[in-house]
Amino acid sequence: MTADIAAILAIDGIATGAVYALVAIGTVLIFTVTRVIFIPFGDIAAFTALTLAALDAKQLPGTVGLVVVLACMACLMEVVSLARAGELRAVPKAILGYLVLPLIVVGIVWLTMRFNPPMPVRIVLALLLIMPISPLLDRIVFRPIADASVLLLLTVSVALHFALVGLGLLFFGPEGVRTEPLTSMALEIAGVHVSGQTILILTAALVFSGLLLLFFDFTLLGKALRATAFNRTGARLMGIRPARAGTIAYLLGSLMAGVSGILIAPVNTIFYDSGFLLGLKAFVGAIVGGMTSYPGAALGAFGVGILESFASFQSSTLKDVIVFSLLIPILLWRSLASHHSEEEVEE
Amino acid sequence: MTQMFSIENVSVAYGKVEAVRNVSLSVEQGQIVTVIGPNGAGKTTLLMAAIGLLKSTGRMIFQGTDLAKIDVEGRVERGLCLVPEKRELFADMSVADNLLLGTYSLRDRSMTRKSLDDVFDRFPRLKERAKQAAGTLSGGERQMLALGRALMAKPKLLVLDEPSLGLAPLIVREIFRTIASLRSLGVSVLLVEQNARAALETADYGYVLETGEIIQSGPAETLIHDPKLIAAYLGGH
Repeated sequence: MTADIAAILAIDGIATGAVYALVAIGTVLIFTVTRVIFIPFGDIAAFTALTLAALDAKQLPGTVGLVVVLACMACLMEVVSLARAGELRAVPKAILGYLVLPLIVVGIVWLTMRFNPPMPVRIVLALLLIMPISPLLDRIVFRPIADASVLLLLTVSVALHFALVGLGLLFFGPEGVRTEPLTSMALEIAGVHVSGQTILILTAALVFSGLLLLFFDFTLLGKALRATAFNRTGARLMGIRPARAGTIAYLLGSLMAGVSGILIAPVNTIFYDSGFLLGLKAFVGAIVGGMTSYPGAALGAFGVGILESFASFQSSTLKDVIVFSLLIPILLWRSLASHHSEEEVEE
Repeated sequence: MTQMFSIENVSVAYGKVEAVRNVSLSVEQGQIVTVIGPNGAGKTTLLMAAIGLLKSTGRMIFQGTDLAKIDVEGRVERGLCLVPEKRELFADMSVADNLLLGTYSLRDRSMTRKSLDDVFDRFPRLKERAKQAAGTLSGGERQMLALGRALMAKPKLLVLDEPSLGLAPLIVREIFRTIASLRSLGVSVLLVEQNARAALETADYGYVLETGEIIQSGPAETLIHDPKLIAAYLGGH
């Protein structure tokens, strides 16, 4: 391997790593606030790509159907549980939040599509359409078992991923898509060719993680999310509802996953089931950060990206094996390095 | 005087074991009421039920509203705030952020700046450490922060669980002075304490809880001179 090739591989790896980093940060966000390891996160990214492709082709994306079905289910569940608790006064608000709001998003997409919107608008529409999915899934699947152990939540999360892949096939069909390139610009940095797409990916990763940081540091809502992650009981005593905090975490996480889906769509062909590997590799990155540290997760994700890039040069068939084998030493190191007692883990 | 908070025949059970049995008590507007009793009497359990973290039977009325269907967050929004025994601070966040989170339950946050200044006036130590992580504070400072954070929520009734637990005598005095000064703010206080003498010196009215039941109650003035109580909790004199 020459220095030139190494540089190209490194840049490629950093770009891939930036995409993983977005998903990894979202994974950590959702895990710390809700204790759910949200495996279907990669699927959300893939669905965003498929949504954007459908919008590019001037078709109504399958996401519309998915959102409508999920919104009806979530709304029904919420209304039934409110009725059982005898709190009928809260029903209109529940219908507004779980049914009307998602339907408004669908309506906006449906209306805007008729005017052949330009690329940036289509990207915004795809993101808008994808954002309600995980909060709705949260209401349908995770809210009823919110107090369960992390292990049970993870098991359900894995099952949910398989259900979503099935739904993906139903709503998007089996065809793979590749969206229009976002930019055709290219740069020469120190004799190495860097594509505009790479620069865009890096910029987007930096901008969105920066925005998340600002949100956490400077808004009360952001602080409330961090507070819920640190100390659930303490947060409740401040009047912060964990379910509400969870919804916001899912919305923000979906945005991160959606952005990553849009960034990879022009460079990789995306199928309804392409999200799994993306989500899993981001998960490996998040584990490097102990599932709780944002910088740790981002660093881990970049590490995974670079390793994958070099591994695929050495042996493209074994690249996933190499990446996932990385988990073993990391888990060993983490379990030796951490000093958590049994009681702390229980919390 | 109008009634702020009343508990009527409340029982709390952990499985089949009843930790609190048929307890009734009430707090009037602007009053400091204390519940004293030994370790394991069910004091903390009673407070956890009052804030809604534990399920209970019986009735609880806060400012004329039945609390049965109101969750913890709803109670906090109505001005019923608990400072728990464990403080439940956000250890990794700064002192200032902990205080700001106290305002989360308020609809109108236009007074946040002023509330923050008030808390810093009350506890100058917190101002010095405003940017420090809450987890690095000493025990006394943590209790001040927990109190200050609760005050940021502009509570109508402040429920304090063992505020003097594990603190040095000098700090205990400071904390009780602060509690007494809440009267002038119009905040009612329900204070649970093992330090019976300090609690009764501060309070207007007192209840004695033993093995889950109220065995005695009366004005704090009377209780503090009760020979039986002196023998049991007040250590002679």
